[in-house]
Amino acid sequence: MSERRPITLRVNGRELSGSAEARMTLADFLRDELGLTGTHLGCEHGVCGACTVLMDGRSIRSCLMFAVQAEGHELTTVEGLAGPDGSLSPVQEAFSVNHALQCGFCTPGFLIAVTEYLAEGAPEVDDEDALRARLSGNLCRCTGYQNIVAAVRDAAERVRRSS
Amino acid sequence: MSGATHPYAPAGGPGSPAVRPPAYVGQRLRRKEDARLVTGRATHVADLRIPGLLHAAVLRSPFAHARIVRIETEAAATAPGVVRVFTARDLEGKIGPFVEAARTEIAPLLREKIGPTLKSCPMPVLAADRVLWVGQPVAVLVAADRYLAEDALELVQVEYEPLAAVSDPEHALEPDAPVLHPELGDNVQTSFVVSVGDVDGAFARAERTLSARLVMGRTAANAMETRGVAAVPDPGRDELTVWDANARPHLVRTFICEMLGLPADGVRVIGPDMGGSFGTGMFPEDVLIAFLARELGRPVRWVEDRRENLANTRHARDQIHQVEVAFDGDGRIIALKDRYLIDGGAYNNYAITVSYNSAAHLRGQFAIDHMRVEALSVLTNKAPVTPVRGAGRPEVVFVMDRIVDLVATELGLDPVEVRRRNLIRPEQMPYPMGMPYRDGVDIVYDRADFPGQLERALELFGYDEFRREQAAAREAGRRIGVGVSSYVEGSGYGPYEGAVVRIDSQGHVTVATGAKPHGQSLETTLAQICADQLGVTPDDVTVKAGDTALIAHGIGTFASRSAVTAGTAVGVAAARLREKVLAVAGELLETHPSDLDLERGIIAARGAPDRRVTLAEVARAAAPGPRAKLPPGMEPGLETVYYYVPPTVTFASGTHVVGVEVDEETGFVRLLKYVTTDDCGQMLNPAVVEGQVHGGVAHGIGNALFEEVVYDGDGQLLTGTYMDYLLPTASDVPPIAVGHQEEFPSELNPFGIKGVGEGGAVSPPAAIANAIVDALRPMRVRVDRVPIGPERLYRLIREARGDSATG
Amino acid sequence: MKPAPFEYVRPESLGQAVSLLAEHGEEAKLLAGGQSLVPLLAFRLSSPSVLIDLNGVGELDYLRLDGDRLVIGAMTRHRDVEEMAELRTRCPMLLEGVSRIGHVTIRNRGTVGGSLAHADPAAEWPSLVLALDGEIDAIGPKGTRTIPGEEFFDTYFTTALAPDEIVSEVRLRIPSGPRVGSCFLELARRHGDFALAGVGALIALDTGGSIADARVTLIGVRDRAVRSSAAESVLRGAPPSADLFAEAAEAVDPEIEPVSDIHGTSEYRRHLAKVLVRRALALAAERAGGE
Repeated sequence: MSERRPITLRVNGRELSGSAEARMTLADFLRDELGLTGTHLGCEHGVCGACTVLMDGRSIRSCLMFAVQAEGHELTTVEGLAGPDGSLSPVQEAFSVNHALQCGFCTPGFLIAVTEYLAEGAPEVDDEDALRARLSGNLCRCTGYQNIVAAVRDAAERVRRSS
Repeated sequence: MSGATHPYAPAGGPGSPAVRPPAYVGQRLRRKEDARLVTGRATHVADLRIPGLLHAAVLRSPFAHARIVRIETEAAATAPGVVRVFTARDLEGKIGPFVEAARTEIAPLLREKIGPTLKSCPMPVLAADRVLWVGQPVAVLVAADRYLAEDALELVQVEYEPLAAVSDPEHALEPDAPVLHPELGDNVQTSFVVSVGDVDGAFARAERTLSARLVMGRTAANAMETRGVAAVPDPGRDELTVWDANARPHLVRTFICEMLGLPADGVRVIGPDMGGSFGTGMFPEDVLIAFLARELGRPVRWVEDRRENLANTRHARDQIHQVEVAFDGDGRIIALKDRYLIDGGAYNNYAITVSYNSAAHLRGQFAIDHMRVEALSVLTNKAPVTPVRGAGRPEVVFVMDRIVDLVATELGLDPVEVRRRNLIRPEQMPYPMGMPYRDGVDIVYDRADFPGQLERALELFGYDEFRREQAAAREAGRRIGVGVSSYVEGSGYGPYEGAVVRIDSQGHVTVATGAKPHGQSLETTLAQICADQLGVTPDDVTVKAGDTALIAHGIGTFASRSAVTAGTAVGVAAARLREKVLAVAGELLETHPSDLDLERGIIAARGAPDRRVTLAEVARAAAPGPRAKLPPGMEPGLETVYYYVPPTVTFASGTHVVGVEVDEETGFVRLLKYVTTDDCGQMLNPAVVEGQVHGGVAHGIGNALFEEVVYDGDGQLLTGTYMDYLLPTASDVPPIAVGHQEEFPSELNPFGIKGVGEGGAVSPPAAIANAIVDALRPMRVRVDRVPIGPERLYRLIREARGDSATG
Repeated sequence: MKPAPFEYVRPESLGQAVSLLAEHGEEAKLLAGGQSLVPLLAFRLSSPSVLIDLNGVGELDYLRLDGDRLVIGAMTRHRDVEEMAELRTRCPMLLEGVSRIGHVTIRNRGTVGGSLAHADPAAEWPSLVLALDGEIDAIGPKGTRTIPGEEFFDTYFTTALAPDEIVSEVRLRIPSGPRVGSCFLELARRHGDFALAGVGALIALDTGGSIADARVTLIGVRDRAVRSSAAESVLRGAPPSADLFAEAAEAVDPEIEPVSDIHGTSEYRRHLAKVLVRRALALAAERAGGE
């Protein structure tokens, strides 16, 4: 039961390998086996959203998946959002410019969730209630969400302008 | 008292260099911290890569009150991957009693003036013969990884003999209640009385009185990062390096050294990147993990999980107030009596920190010259309470603002009008409050304009228009209401904070400070103030905060203190370093320093700009050695150290106005509009200030409507997951408009800075409660307890309508 | 909060999954979306010795609208149903119900079959099955059988599934016609939280404007999702009106039995149920083109 098995995942466009028991969560595997500590653990029961990563372009809670389950899928973590030259993605840039992070612990989860939202075309971005409802799956204790809402709108605008 | 001059000396003392006006300070500079935070390259305790690291897991009590009969650890000790298991027996003689810093370090002046009773009750690191709260550490084991450690925890066998538990602080005061610490005699751990003016006389003369019972429930800080400690021993040197997600690294070192009997320079404590804190606290694990690492000669890390965190970490509030107020027919409040208790949990490691804060902030912005408070801190079988954002202020602001509303209701007056009639007026400033602050110094409010602040907040909110909307809404059967709350906050608490400012041979500036930011943006704001005072740009400055190896003495970040204390320390140290730089440059340029300008790292002769040197050249000239070019009598090196000792706290203040809609049928509350206006002195960075206000307000909204730590009658925790303890989400926080009064920079430090970290969190419960009452005013619903969820409001509405509670 | 050890198996076909479940019996748990199961494992409230991961069984992942039948493979993610454009106009109740399941990130992973098999009394899917004449296929070692929706849900976290059966497909009848309106309303402490009470309402009007057919379902107010035949009888044949909806709301009383927990007492939930029935019927009627 507790044997470790080799696991290879495609993360941020690269094949990365480690070994783990089947019960090791994807979040722990990314962090402790692959050294990608940008994905954070805030609750380990799927509520806070700090552990959110993209799998095949869709946001998922990496604390609610096992590493073995992610084999064969494309994963994107916060470390994969910037360009190869280190240039920040529109979401990352917008969050910083709008002071949408303070301690930054919840930020990777938000960046991933908002990246997905932008890829969908940022639906209802000007509807305050709808946008806040969309963001309510990620908890933040520092910012009061105000600047996060502004950052999402700013990021959507940047994406619109560049396309 | 009008016309009295402020008695405090300027920071830095006589002969200190003049302060340069703000240039980078006051700008909305983008943060230096962001580069690593938005790319997932921060290093929190759990992110550290340490070779040979072992992982600890703590076994915790499932009972609120029980005797430990026996602990069997053999099965656990031989489980796969386990290195060792420890119980209290293994710590005997090796770990001294928990330091009672808050009790022993009460300001002598305060002790003298108030004479609180304080009983000693040090918390054990691991429970020895009894457990006193659900979650209390009972044993710890160290294993190859956390998964295996948790497997092994299940094999530790503890035989408990459950005892009767007390989870209601009022019951804990009754003679038949279980006594947690028999050696103390009863469950009262601290008590004090503060008397101002002639309360009994005022009540005897009073036209009218009313009384109320006001309660603020227990909440938990809930930083998004849980606690964590990693300790790496150097057995050869008998030294230890500890990374701790604790906002007071120097205090952690003090605890470790005292409790483990180690010299201070043998222990280095580093505060890594921290995902919030929202309060302070020293916990058993802060010392336990250090002990384990030394004992095993191996690095050990413990990362708290959220279940542990909800049961143990930074519980707060939990106050019950019995208040009486004396007032006249015009709504002028003449006198106030408040008997209150704080439910401190099983160990009160914070003496009177929170309960005295409450006493000192109760009257807030109001001119009430007769007051008596009697405060108790009570012990119960719950987790120990610590100061959390607001630290005693939200509770009493709730009390005071509800009283104002009740007085208004009694007299049929608009509560806003009653506020106007009671606020301390600008011409009365500086206003003595007749009692000392927690530091023992008598409270004298700095110059401020509370009535102006109120009017500005009301205008920003659109108060008159809202009242018209409210009337129309009432016709249409909708219940909307507006509530106001205001606070005064003593910020920049001492005793000190320090800065080391150093320039290296490349001309780069490093600032070290004992502050430990965890979201406060100090790496940016302290760089701004350093840049202004030294004459460089913020990009030239790197701030290193919270490392005991980089600065000898430090206090830490909490109590809205770092912008004031660390900010002033950095500013003065930088200003003094500037003088040194100019003196050395004067040698190089053969010019008098007073004829030189230093801007953006270039020192040039005024009027002859081609006579210039760079900061790097100056640094090299100042380096020790035979080629140093120093003015006579100056020591080599470009470094200054300065510790700022504030004379006392500097008072910030704010007014909040909130509009709500109540769904009468369901009790659900929707926040329509939230406005704040604060007097926060000189803002280092307006974006940072606004962000702190937004976050504080969200925290306060949580405390008002969503968050409560709930224990049942047996002391069992009912809110042990994020499905039960409800943090506010983006849908629960409305857009917040933040206004400022900028005309009152602090007079207690040369930069005019006031603290702003907590203010936002202080007023929301009071403002929201008053708004709900206002929305339902025709029904005369009283909201005298927070948090208030939809069901409790629904029941209050039914009671007010005279409906039976069922059916 | 790390799960206890388990043996992990990942069948590639439905047949393989059925054999594995039969082989391991009560020692095993099926892993579908994991959004409900994995937290239980993290808290060690559940410690199965074997986890059978259904995410490799591609043959269970399909979603199609055949005329008025919505055919859903058990491993269909909630999000896929939510994003089905045709449902927006044809059945708001379905869309609104599904969109109340947690948050997008949860719905990306959680499955329809998993939700039904888990049978949380506050879950939305069981009520949608009851409201839309749902049928659930279960496959076991002896083959597949169809279980009518009204026979599927037993009590808390308990269904008519045998221990060796796996939900394979669910079929719903999507109403059509110009005079059909529906909605799903829920009250929860915060967006995405479990419902304190929730109501799905569907109204079909006849040409005279009276209610030809109605569905009223409730969640969070009993040990399972409820379809209120009493409320539906009150509605059938009558013209829509606020008084009628109030009468229908009262009629649900004997059919619900809420429990008390930290978020609401049974009395309060009973009250909310009735408020929501009234409001949901009003909205459904408005959407049907009635009052």
